[in-house]
Amino acid sequence: MTGDVLIDVQNLSIGFTGRSGKLLPVLRNIDLGVRRGESVGIVGESGSGKSTLALAMMGYLKHGLRVISGQSLFGGRDLLAMPSRDLQRIRGGKIALIPQNSGQSLSPNLRVGAQLTESLALHGKVTSSGIPQRVTELLQQVRLPDPAAIAIRYPHELSGGQQQRVAIAMALAGDPEALLLDEPTTGLDVTTQAHILELLSDIAVRLNKAMVYVSHDLGAIARVCSRVVVMYAGEIVLDGDATTVLTNPDHPYARGLLASIPRLGNPNLPMALEGRPPPPGDAGPGCSFVDRCAIAEASCRSERPGLQPLLAGGRVRCRLHERAGSIPTKRAGKPASAGGSFGEPLVRLSNLAISYARQSLVDQLLGRKPQGVPTVDRVDIEIRQGEVIGLVGESGSGKSTILKAVAGLVGPANGEIAYDKSGALPATVEQRRPEQLREIQLIFQNPDESLNPRHTIEQILAQPLQLYFGLSGDALRERSIAILERVRLGAHYLDRLPSQLSGGEKQRVAIARAFAAKPKLVLCDEVTSALDVSVQAAVLDLLDQLRRDSGTTYVFVSHDLAVVRALSDRVAVLYQGRLCEIGPAAAVYSRPCHPYTEALLGAVLEPDPGARPVLMAEDIMELSPPAKGCPFQRRCHRKVEAICESMTPPQQDAGAGHIIHCHIPIGELTSVQTMSALDNVVRPHVQ
Amino acid sequence: MLRIFIHRLLLGIATVAIVSGIIFAAVEALPGDACTAILQRDASGERLANCRRELGLDRPAVTRYVEWASGAVRGDLGISAHNNKPIASLVGDRLKNTLLLAGCSLALGIPLALFLGVLTGLRRDRFSDLALSTIAIFAMTIPEFVTATVLIFVFSIWLSWVPGIVTASASSPLSAFFPGIVLPVIVLTMVMTAHIMRTVRSSVIDVMSSDYVQMATLKGVPYRQIVFRHALPNALLPAINVIALTVGWLLGGVVVVEKVFNYPGLGHYMIDSISDRDLPVVQAIALIIATAYVGVNLAADLLAMAFNPRLRTLKARSP
Repeated sequence: MTGDVLIDVQNLSIGFTGRSGKLLPVLRNIDLGVRRGESVGIVGESGSGKSTLALAMMGYLKHGLRVISGQSLFGGRDLLAMPSRDLQRIRGGKIALIPQNSGQSLSPNLRVGAQLTESLALHGKVTSSGIPQRVTELLQQVRLPDPAAIAIRYPHELSGGQQQRVAIAMALAGDPEALLLDEPTTGLDVTTQAHILELLSDIAVRLNKAMVYVSHDLGAIARVCSRVVVMYAGEIVLDGDATTVLTNPDHPYARGLLASIPRLGNPNLPMALEGRPPPPGDAGPGCSFVDRCAIAEASCRSERPGLQPLLAGGRVRCRLHERAGSIPTKRAGKPASAGGSFGEPLVRLSNLAISYARQSLVDQLLGRKPQGVPTVDRVDIEIRQGEVIGLVGESGSGKSTILKAVAGLVGPANGEIAYDKSGALPATVEQRRPEQLREIQLIFQNPDESLNPRHTIEQILAQPLQLYFGLSGDALRERSIAILERVRLGAHYLDRLPSQLSGGEKQRVAIARAFAAKPKLVLCDEVTSALDVSVQAAVLDLLDQLRRDSGTTYVFVSHDLAVVRALSDRVAVLYQGRLCEIGPAAAVYSRPCHPYTEALLGAVLEPDPGARPVLMAEDIMELSPPAKGCPFQRRCHRKVEAICESMTPPQQDAGAGHIIHCHIPIGELTSVQTMSALDNVVRPHVQ
Repeated sequence: MLRIFIHRLLLGIATVAIVSGIIFAAVEALPGDACTAILQRDASGERLANCRRELGLDRPAVTRYVEWASGAVRGDLGISAHNNKPIASLVGDRLKNTLLLAGCSLALGIPLALFLGVLTGLRRDRFSDLALSTIAIFAMTIPEFVTATVLIFVFSIWLSWVPGIVTASASSPLSAFFPGIVLPVIVLTMVMTAHIMRTVRSSVIDVMSSDYVQMATLKGVPYRQIVFRHALPNALLPAINVIALTVGWLLGGVVVVEKVFNYPGLGHYMIDSISDRDLPVVQAIALIIATAYVGVNLAADLLAMAFNPRLRTLKARSP
């Protein structure tokens, strides 16, 4: 099936000139060959150099980067030393890129059809009269419905999944011999992601192209690639067939990475991989992973290991790889501090509705209510003291909106939020009492945006302490240090700025700021989404520890079902701002009843070469929820027709507080499930 | 699209109406009126009262505002207190001259600014960029009267190439302003070019490092085609608003430049009217300047919408 070597990177080192004037390498001595018909995954955390490597395979260096040594050959010619006229012919014609964020990678001023036409005209294996026909074929090939309508649209008029399909069609337009995929599904919803990967693996098999798939997501790699290369700190540390790398890798880093991934079938917290990779130019003379390695010896520090071949095939950069097998990959960490009994109800959302529709000036003058269907509607959730409740759903499911309402950033249009024993919470922060503000804290997704870049960590932590507790001087400093230590950072962080910290450290500071207020309720909005998996595991572990110590209640919002599974006691599944299903995490995950939950869980990609996602719901874009009936009616694979379109689904109790909003009778929901889907999700992890 | 246009037009008209009220109220609040200006030292007792009765100044302010505003809509701006001529024709002459000055500066400045902005943006951090960007900062920061004085000194006194001041009267035909108009046009061009050029430069740099330009490069699109097809249509959009501000500034009377070169335009006339306490004229010019600003900005927003598919189709297609 595989043929001659098409892409051949030889001893490639690429770097940039740092502020000190020293040349800092981001890629070090990369040797990698990719054959025709082969699909190779390149995984690594942010900063590992994987994207730089992928772009170098197209002879492209980002602003400021330059080649230190080596070559990047394609079909025997070095792309990094080629006149631009020849490069233009190869790029798009022989080797094409499918970019990470297609929404931003398609020119906003050109219609989709025009951009495809451009590619065809440049690398045309068709005559100009045949181009319109070929545009249609390409759009059909990536399974876009109604190609004629899509072709006359502008990129911003398409959904994220459709944009990604257009980008794939554009890459296929030049009929290239090799495809480079740079995180092609990152940022897409799980169901969309599963559909795109399905399409990509189909293309890989059918068209017999060389494929290089760059991603931080081992689940996506597992789905598409037969060979996996693991990168760390600008080096290749492991190269082998997908099954071995994803189940029993020979490198300590790869094993740690696998253990840090939360999994659907596992209710325990993932294992954190402490520490962080050395920044460019900082790797010592020895192994770059030595500081985080569980089995490192003194000699690992002094001698840089070479990339040595393995008996079973593949290559590894570890002198002690024979002992790597002792590091667990699946033994998950301790179970999250769950428990059956929780305290009194702390927050009760009853019949909550939130609308973003703004009253126009005319409406205000005439006293009319804003029209349109509310973004969030009919949400009933009771949260008990000390509980972690997860809110999951795809983008647009209203999960973050609900958090904002609890935090007092948007007012409910209907219903109320009852808090503790004080009854209904005032709608907005301005109307709330200082005590209520202190007790409810919010942690945001991206610490880069939620921490003031001009404040030191000391100033950031001082704000809640001064505001709520009136601390100053030594008392303030002491408390700040105590809080930093609780989030496993030391006093020496106090005078640093956020920009001097890593992503994980910044998020710890954001967590520390929330906990400085001694909150009763902490609202976590996608707090681990911007972090690498190994860092994510550490943050999850920290959140769990803090909760164990202080009995704080969490509302944990995430699009990542496995992350929610690891931390939550109960889970609420939302679609288009409406509740689909709510119940104990174990019940919802092991026996999903609502068709949407079933579709979501089926689409999750697990880092197992054998696991195949099950595609049930279509990945169509829904701009607004339907005016009446079930919110999921347009995508449901088990729709009972008329009643789903006209009637709001009833609440059905499956026992133990497991409530399902669906028209299908509960008995039928639990018994006649699409068993293959469930099987797939749960089987590989039952221990 | 039509709905948006009508909506914006109505908003613009409302803005001008409100501004006209503020102008009227402000002038009203000043001590003295047209009669005190006409009669000057004789403005007292019987004569003042007679004058006011004659001009209708004894009537309530609201009535006079309605009369003034409805007159203005019909193109009747009242009578100058200074020389009893209709303001419409006095201001009309100056407006025509200002339009000539603005038109010449724009015709020279906009293409130059766009060209230099694109050039410096594409050649970011190279010598040509650094040199041109530095010159632009100088052109922006040196006050117009300094530039004007230096230019007069060099080109008119020293080299005697062009006249240093404009001697034509306000009502002369347009041809009479050449070649005197050359130096004021150069001064204005220098200031506006620097502003527009810097906006265009940073916008070109942004767009050239965008994901879609990188994508076009990796698609094998030739450089020239990347610039003209993928980059510039997006990079020039922010220029529309800066150009609109510049046009507003030029029409609003470039007071200093007109005064220095003795150019009989709107700004020059306004200064003269203020020192003559010719309040009806000041009021009329203020109204014209406000209308010009609103009109130009309206045009800029509509243009931006027409050239940006994102703005255009978002409103038109989404429910």
